[in-house]
Amino acid sequence: MHAIAVEKLAKRYGKAMAVDGVDFIAPMGQTTALLGGNGAGKTTTIAMILGLVKPNGGTICVLDHDIAKDGAKMRAFMNFQSPYVNLPRRLSVRHNLEVYANLYGVPHAMARVEKLAADLRLEAFLDRPTGSLSAGQTTRVSLAKALINEPRVLLLDEPTASLDPDTADWVRTLLEEYQARTGAAIFLASHHMAEVERLATQVLMMKEGRIVDRGTPPQLLARYGRTDLEEVFLDIARDRRQAEPVT
Amino acid sequence: MSPVDIASSASGGATRRIGALVLRHWRLVSGSWPRLIDLAYWPTMQIILWGFVQLHFQALAGHGLAGAAVGGLVSAAIIWEAYFRSQNGFAIGFLEEVWSRNLGHLMVSPLRPWEFVSGLIVISIIKTVIGLLPATILAALVFHANVLEVGPALALLYLGLAVFGWSVGLFCCGLVLRFGQGAEVFAWAVALALAPFSAIYYPISVLPDWIEPLARLLPTAHVFEGLRAILLTHAFPAQSLLWVLVLNVLWFGCAAFAFSKLLDGARERGSLVSIGE
Repeated sequence: MHAIAVEKLAKRYGKAMAVDGVDFIAPMGQTTALLGGNGAGKTTTIAMILGLVKPNGGTICVLDHDIAKDGAKMRAFMNFQSPYVNLPRRLSVRHNLEVYANLYGVPHAMARVEKLAADLRLEAFLDRPTGSLSAGQTTRVSLAKALINEPRVLLLDEPTASLDPDTADWVRTLLEEYQARTGAAIFLASHHMAEVERLATQVLMMKEGRIVDRGTPPQLLARYGRTDLEEVFLDIARDRRQAEPVT
Repeated sequence: MSPVDIASSASGGATRRIGALVLRHWRLVSGSWPRLIDLAYWPTMQIILWGFVQLHFQALAGHGLAGAAVGGLVSAAIIWEAYFRSQNGFAIGFLEEVWSRNLGHLMVSPLRPWEFVSGLIVISIIKTVIGLLPATILAALVFHANVLEVGPALALLYLGLAVFGWSVGLFCCGLVLRFGQGAEVFAWAVALALAPFSAIYYPISVLPDWIEPLARLLPTAHVFEGLRAILLTHAFPAQSLLWVLVLNVLWFGCAAFAFSKLLDGARERGSLVSIGE
């Protein structure tokens, strides 16, 4: 069973192709990272997988189910975290998480909230309004919401963008432990290359709506003759050099 | 990892999901005195205003048919507020999700569109009750206008207005989805635009000939015709209620269809990703 299988995915806004014939498979139990500059089509791709944006062409299967047909049913097995959406600011963290536990049909919702609060170190501000939290605390709460239903497919858009290095490292460890424990697939869009190198087993490089290269981090480093993914990213973004042919 | 059982994920839980949405809004309202006061303030001020207008015109009209007609002003004002609060409560419930940028979370959760709409309906009922209860008590105590005297038909009249309010609210929400937050002005403007044609304080026959057929397409106009029939003749307004039922089925069906198409349009344009920004 594939976590996500995308074939010939396309999205056009007016005359502009935001996503142009994208194909990939994200396996279960692994982390797939989507890399690319601003406007490369990462957010649109994630939004189409989530059902927020309707593709102009192609198919998306999540856990072997076509989301064009079974999208509403599949959402119980997915979740996401993104800087483009917020949780209601006036509700407390506890109340927000309870609402989403119920929306996702989580058994023993209160116990699940307490468990996540402990795992993500939210206890100190669990009863504070969500809008009163710092950026780092808000990110941890968003992550708790994304894990509320213990999703089999977890989509993350810049999960550590506003976190200090210590907390960001701690979140990455948490994600690794979550994946090891549940066998979930993580689909990650990030500009943090060290994070991608650490978490991802597969990297998809996007540019102008297309996947222009792909592979494991070591494969990409070897192909471009670089020592870190940031250089690979810049090579692709600036058309600085071509990858060595794969032999 | 075992294959997913989508049948079990789809079948149950609708009530729980609707309840979660209602709980989210109940906590928002019940945890905020300004919001509670805001809900009750406007209907109460309307009743005070129309109450004094009624007292003045009753003194002028005396005890004849004209006096009885004037005596229905406060009841009409309360019932119109039931429409306005239903529409507004529905639309504001939706807009709260837009304003808080929470709509994206809801749209990718297992909450189905019909469950979302059902939750907004329950929320609008709760807000309408909170808003109208003080005004109704005030009208009975100060202006001797007890809407409960209308009898069992009151529930049907109220339901008729509420359903139309939800239809209009649903259409306004669709416009916001499709055209963005600039369209939220419709949530307030539509009720006022419909008021002159709803024959709230005067019979439909007062309207110019060319407007009358248009007014008869509105369930609200038939509700107020029915209310006047009860207050003036104590007759059960069966024909008016039948029109209310037929027109509401039609309008709610149109609103649901339009909402579905506008939601599709929002997915096509990708505006769900950025709504609320």
